[in-house]
Amino acid sequence: MTREGWIRLSVVLAFCVAVEALCRFGAIPHTVFIAPSEMVISMLDILRSGELNADILFTLRNVLFSSAIAVGLGFALGALIHSLPRARGAVEPLLASYYSIPTFMFYPVFIVVFGVGSQAIIAIAVLLSIVAMIASTLTGLDRIPSVLRKTARIFRMSPLARAVLIDLPAASPYLFTGVKLSFAYAFIGVIASEFILSGAGIGYSIAYAYNNFNNQRMYGLMLLVIIVATAANTALDTIDRRLQARLRR
Amino acid sequence: MIRAEDAPTTRFIPADTQVHARLTGVTHVYGAGPSGARLHALGPIDLDLKRGEFFAVVGPSGCGKSTLLDVLAGLAKPTDGEVTFEGHRVRGVPDGVGMVFQEDAAFSWLTVRDNVSFGLRRAGLEAAETARRVDYAIGFMGLRDFAHAYPAQLSGGMRQRVCIARTLVLQPRLILLDEPFGALDQQTRLLMGDELLRLWRETKATVMLITHALDEAAMLSDRVGVMSARPGVFIDFVETDWPRARDSRIVSDLRFGAITARLWDKLRIESLKSMGTTA
Repeated sequence: MTREGWIRLSVVLAFCVAVEALCRFGAIPHTVFIAPSEMVISMLDILRSGELNADILFTLRNVLFSSAIAVGLGFALGALIHSLPRARGAVEPLLASYYSIPTFMFYPVFIVVFGVGSQAIIAIAVLLSIVAMIASTLTGLDRIPSVLRKTARIFRMSPLARAVLIDLPAASPYLFTGVKLSFAYAFIGVIASEFILSGAGIGYSIAYAYNNFNNQRMYGLMLLVIIVATAANTALDTIDRRLQARLRR
Repeated sequence: MIRAEDAPTTRFIPADTQVHARLTGVTHVYGAGPSGARLHALGPIDLDLKRGEFFAVVGPSGCGKSTLLDVLAGLAKPTDGEVTFEGHRVRGVPDGVGMVFQEDAAFSWLTVRDNVSFGLRRAGLEAAETARRVDYAIGFMGLRDFAHAYPAQLSGGMRQRVCIARTLVLQPRLILLDEPFGALDQQTRLLMGDELLRLWRETKATVMLITHALDEAAMLSDRVGVMSARPGVFIDFVETDWPRARDSRIVSDLRFGAITARLWDKLRIESLKSMGTTA
């Protein structure tokens, strides 16, 4: 691990130890926050009992579906917008200001259209994450050096061969950044939507535990969400850094 | 002291009948369509490239040198005139033409070996023959120790060698070089020039090199074409009369200075014109 990595780990550990101490000595009331060690025990209990496995799978499945739809559709729309410069000129300012709109306010619309359940959750998560993929696709396709397109012509490649063998790999570092962001936004979208749009899932279970004053379970589930999100982000970040390393010249 | 008889000779169209590529009355105007500002970049150009010759083009910035190369490669359509390669009219990139660019065109997602074999794999060449040609090209360009490295791990000069090797394996009959050493330092350029001369001798290909460097043109070529300021036309052709077996050591030859001086004599006025001054 790098020196910066050790420093980062030390800061996190110091924070956990401080919170643990404050909780143990009663400086933080148990009704507000529980000690990190109790969170870990609660999370392990949840996993060991298997009681919430269906909810965990429900959430993970929705995150995967949402990410896949956002990435696929976002890439297709990005490529289409890129190929239509006039349409791009009209649409790009809207994309730039997209994240200033609180997407969650549309949840009643999604309930009316899809009802309560997975479909509405996925719709909100896709809405939240798709623009990151569109923007990354536009950036990626913009950044393909024109000399590579000339090279493709010298190799007498068809447009399809050029797209698959040159454009796609050349743009892949930027496209993968879009994949990473889409996954992160989809995760946020799914968990947050489950609070209001669902009768299942980790988000719903957290809300249920909160409403029933079950702090142990609520914090255990929160810790689980943090661990899953961090692990997924670390894995995607490792791939992202490898792809970005190709561009460093 | 440079004697008059040492000065290079001028010949506008080679008398040789072995014409490999020919440009006849070629002009190129950007924005020649119904809308947009017109920019007359090139021509009219008449040029014959002899089979197997090493021809270099020098000219002031913006005179249309790269446009000339694009037109010859079939990457750009001439506004007027005709381009032929091996007797056939050029419409699109013809078979047998390879091109190396000034910009880094190595595929960053492929290893050196995969970069070099890219064109051969696309052509569906037999695996054993592909391996043989790739091994040869990688060895020829001094990349054997880096065969499994990615371009990001190589220097600018080595990445350019990857692009040359990628062109070499396809055994092109006409190699077009658009300032391939423009981004390299002087020592590396001289050494790359030696490698290029070796490649030219071994492949017997016709080579057309675009360069800003007069010494590079004088050292590498059989013939140098000097272009005017935009719209670029040839204002002089200088025959170097170097032996085919030559390398960068010819820079110490007295005639090298005479050739470079003559190129600069022609080019100086055109460069001043392109800068908007006649001083």
